[in-house]
This record gives sequence, structure tokens and C-alpha cells, in this order.
Amino acid sequence: MKVKAPEAPKSPAAIALLAFALFWIALVIVLPLVNVLFEAFRTGVAPYLAAILEPDAISAIKLTLLVAAIAVPLNAVFGIAAAWCITRFEFRGKGLLLSVLDLPFTLSPVISGLVWILLFGAHGWFGAWLDAHNIRIVFALPGLVIATVLVTLPFVARELIPLMLDQGTDEEIAAVTLGARGWDVFFRITLPNIKWALTYGVLLCTARAMGEFGAVSIVSGHIRGLTNTLPLHIEVLYNEYNTVAAFATASILAGLAIVTLILKTLLEWRFADELAAHRRH
Amino acid sequence: MTHARANRRLFLKTLTGAGIAAGAGLSLSACGKPAAQSLLNVSFDPTREFYAAYNSLFAKKYATGGKPAPTFNQSHGGSGKQARAVVDGLKADVLSLALAHDIDAVAATGLLAADWASRLPNNSVAYNSTILLLVRKGNPKGIKDWGDLVKPGVQVITPNPKTSGAARWNYLVAYGWALRANNGDEAKAQAYLEALFKNVPVLDTGARGATTTFIQRGQGDVLINWESEALMSAAKDGAQFDIVYPSLSIAADTPVAWVDKNVAANGTEALAKAYLEGLYDEDAQTLAAQHFYRPTNADVLKSFADRFPAIEQLNIDKDFGGWTTANARHFEQGALFDQISAKVFKA
Repeated sequence: MKVKAPEAPKSPAAIALLAFALFWIALVIVLPLVNVLFEAFRTGVAPYLAAILEPDAISAIKLTLLVAAIAVPLNAVFGIAAAWCITRFEFRGKGLLLSVLDLPFTLSPVISGLVWILLFGAHGWFGAWLDAHNIRIVFALPGLVIATVLVTLPFVARELIPLMLDQGTDEEIAAVTLGARGWDVFFRITLPNIKWALTYGVLLCTARAMGEFGAVSIVSGHIRGLTNTLPLHIEVLYNEYNTVAAFATASILAGLAIVTLILKTLLEWRFADELAAHRRH
Repeated sequence: MTHARANRRLFLKTLTGAGIAAGAGLSLSACGKPAAQSLLNVSFDPTREFYAAYNSLFAKKYATGGKPAPTFNQSHGGSGKQARAVVDGLKADVLSLALAHDIDAVAATGLLAADWASRLPNNSVAYNSTILLLVRKGNPKGIKDWGDLVKPGVQVITPNPKTSGAARWNYLVAYGWALRANNGDEAKAQAYLEALFKNVPVLDTGARGATTTFIQRGQGDVLINWESEALMSAAKDGAQFDIVYPSLSIAADTPVAWVDKNVAANGTEALAKAYLEGLYDEDAQTLAAQHFYRPTNADVLKSFADRFPAIEQLNIDKDFGGWTTANARHFEQGALFDQISAKVFKA
């Protein structure tokens, strides 16, 4: 079944709408991004390289990748489990679970950071116990990870749920009737069916995890070279009137976002047929 | 079928790639710092350059005593926010904040002795700054002193005293000047502050924000600010403004202290004490002066006399009864500043 391609706009109203949309995208997305690059290279390539190869910048980049490398797999596993539960079983409170899953989307990142201070800070519920056992959570790596996990919690699950609902359970039931065991069904039927949506969700989750500012700002402690992630490092540089370095480092973060976007577009382009085929089931 | 297999292979490759990237991230972070002693200095915003220089100076001196050279970690932010983070469990060995009041707030939780100020010379103030005025190049509005700030048509940039240490210093000098100009008449001093804040178009949350508003965004005719910030900005891009030394300012004391409980837990007590005591050495005092802070060593201060002109200064303890009294009178919920802003900003 082939959908008829939309026509090129002809009426003046349609052309005006299109022109406005393009203008708006140029104004709020393209212009600021171009400006980042322009400011980053304003004084040439050498200051740019110096800014991104400085030890504090390198450690911020490493820390950001490390936090994402821990938080994203956790949320991928959680996302698959949650999507599986929600789309394969009927249970009481499913609607509630779905709503709670969306909470991090609507919650201000300040709160997503502050809750961990209230739990694990020196005067938080578990503060005294943690201190007595010399365990550091906030103002250290674990705090950065849990704050990021909370903020990026829904990304994978929210990608999987609509697809898995669409696909239904026919193939899995067929596999079970043919004698497949639980993990066989998961690895040979479910996972192959959702792999591209999963990859897509993981990409979005990674981009968000690396870019998170608000929540990690609260739990970071801002120790240079130790607990400053890339977004926090950029803010510090900017506040120090170090504009070139701030924008140079920002260009790395923007670069990571653009790579993510390209991967996502490639996925959609390469596997559009397959994704559409799954949806037809 | 072949298509599906190719797909699976591609998918596995993607996963492996992600795995390798994650592994690389982990191993990179695993090779951390060597086991030499390390010290966390939690400080306020504009001291970064000074402490970066002092850390290497101190490390060299400390290592000549036969001990391994220590490593230093720095955390900078608004003074009040930094104190809050230490209260919440940021394991600072050393505090170097903008106000004694912020160290008092940490001491109130029992992390360090209440009499911390008496443990080091000069009330634990190794370097300080003062408050002065920045005006546009050529001083087009003819601003000479505090009295000129309430003239109609003059826009004044100062941060919010509720959130900024610098802003509290700014506010107190202005109030102290008005008291003196009106022979101690408090009602007239309050009226002066009302007129002053009527001329304030934006209240930034911190001193750096206010500086950016004035210099980068070109807002306002006069900026009330730290001398250290003003001199540093002037060294960077002085073409845009002039510095005005008013008839009266305040000794903006920026004290230091070690955090007893944290240094005991980290075994860094001796190191932390040596680190702070070293701030009073002549070379460290010179370094502070080079980074635009007024050294408290009189001889070193004299040798930088052209950088730091003598200026009459109020004193927080003698003229305002100390921070506890000053806060209760001016900055707490419902105190004088709240009354003034209720009149000025909600009119």
C-alpha cells in the first residue's frame, strides 16, 4: 500500500506557512548553533584546541561519557523491562505506572537534583548512615549518575511502548506454542523486533544524559577535574569571561548532539521499510 | 533472509561499538590520581586564578620539606551556595569564602569550631578587598561618590543582597555612607537606600552576573563591585569603563578556615593548616596582590600602593556589630532590605 506523496505547496497561504516554518527553524536552531561555532573559532584554531585539550576540559569530557555509559545501559534495561510489563501483561495500576514513567519529563531538573540531596545529603534521611560508613553519593560520581538516571528514565521505555503495542503478541505466542522458552522468545523474537526502536531510544537517552545541566549542577559540588561535567564546565568558563573556551567546549557538546541526530536519521532512512513492516502486523 | 542477517550483524556491530566506547570511558577514569594527599578548597567565584597560582606555589614549598607534593581540588561558586553544599556534605577540607557569615553557617552545623576566626592571624583574613564604583568611559554622568547614585536618570547595577555576598557589602557601604552624611539619622539613611534601589534596573543573583550585565550587555551607568573584580576586568578590557574610588568604602573581609570534621576524616589536618598559614607568607601575599586582592601584610600592601590606593573603610564588626547583627537588622526575612524592596519594587 503506497501513500500518495504530498504535493508541493501552491497556494500563497501554504507557501507563507512554509516560509515561516523555515524562518523560525533558522532563527531558533540554526543561527544559535552556527553562532556557537563562530564564537568558538573566533580567535583561530589554536585557542580552540587549547581550550578542549586543557586538563579540566578533558576530565569533564571523560566524566560526561562515563556518567552516560553507566546511566544509559541502566535505563535501557529498565526501559525494556517496563515496556515488556506494560505491553505484555494486564495488571492493576498500569495507567498509574505509565503516568509515573512520564514524570521525569515534566519534573523540573532542579527537583530531580534536590531530591537526592534531601535523601543522601549530610542532613538527609540516609546522610548520617552513609557518613558513618564513609560512602559518598552526592557531590561524587554516584550522585551524578543517579541524577542523570532520573532525568533520562522515560526515554527508552517511551520509544518501545508504542511499537510493542503495535506489534502485539502474536509472534511470541506462536514461539511459545512451538516450545520456545522465555529467554529464547526474548532474544529471538522480542529483541529483534524492537532493536531499531531500542537503538533510537538509547541514542535519545544518551544525548539527554550528556547534555543534562540542572540536576547534575545540584549534586555536583563543582570540583574542577573531579565532578564537573561538560555542561557545568561550560558554565564555569563562561562565568570566567573565558568566552572562546566556553564556546569551544560547547561546540563539542553540540557536536555530540549532531552526531546523535545523524545516527538517528540514518537509522530512519535505512530501516524505514522494516519499521513500517513491523507496524503493519 | 540475507537482508535480515545483514541487519542482525549491523545491529551487533552497533552494540559492540557502544560497549567499547563505554569501556574506554570506564578505563580512562579508572587511571585516576596517585595516592598523594589531596586537599579540597571550596571557595567563592572570583578566586580561581589566585588559588590556581597559590596551589602550585604552596605545593613546591611543602614538597621541599621532604613530604610528597599534595594535589589540590578547587570548587568555586556563589559564597552562600558553596557554604550550603558543604553543609549538605561536600567534603571541603578548607573554606575560603566571601563572608565570615557563610563560614559561620557551616560552623553552626558543628563541622568546625565556632571560634574558627580566632585560629589564624587577623581574624582568619589573609587577603581582602573593598567596594568601589565602575562607570562608563569618561564618566559621562559625572559620578564621584555614593550621593551621585540617587540622582534621577542614573542606572545602578548591583546584585541582590538576598543571594549575593558582594551585594551585602555594597548595600552596607551605601547605608554606612548615608548614615554618616545624615549625622546618624536612620530614617534618612533608609530613604537614601530607597532612592538608590529605585535606580536599579536589574538585581542579578551574584557579582559575576552583575559584572556581565554591566560590561558585556552594556546595561546601567554605574556598577558597584569588588575592587578585585574591577581591577581584573580593567586588566582584561579596561577600554570600556573607568574606576571611581568613593569617599568611603568597607573592608570586605574574605576569611579562610579549615573544616575540623572533614580534615580529621581525611587525615589532612596538618596539610590544611599549613596551607592556610602559608597564605600569610610574604610570597603568597604578593601573589594575592598580583591577583587584585589586598594583602593584609602591611609591608606588602605598601609595595602595591599604586594598585591599591588608600581609602577610608568601614568595618563590619566595629560599624555594624558583626554579621549576625547586620543580617538581623538588614537582610533577614522582613528586615530593612525587604521593607525597602517592598516599597521600591512593588510600587
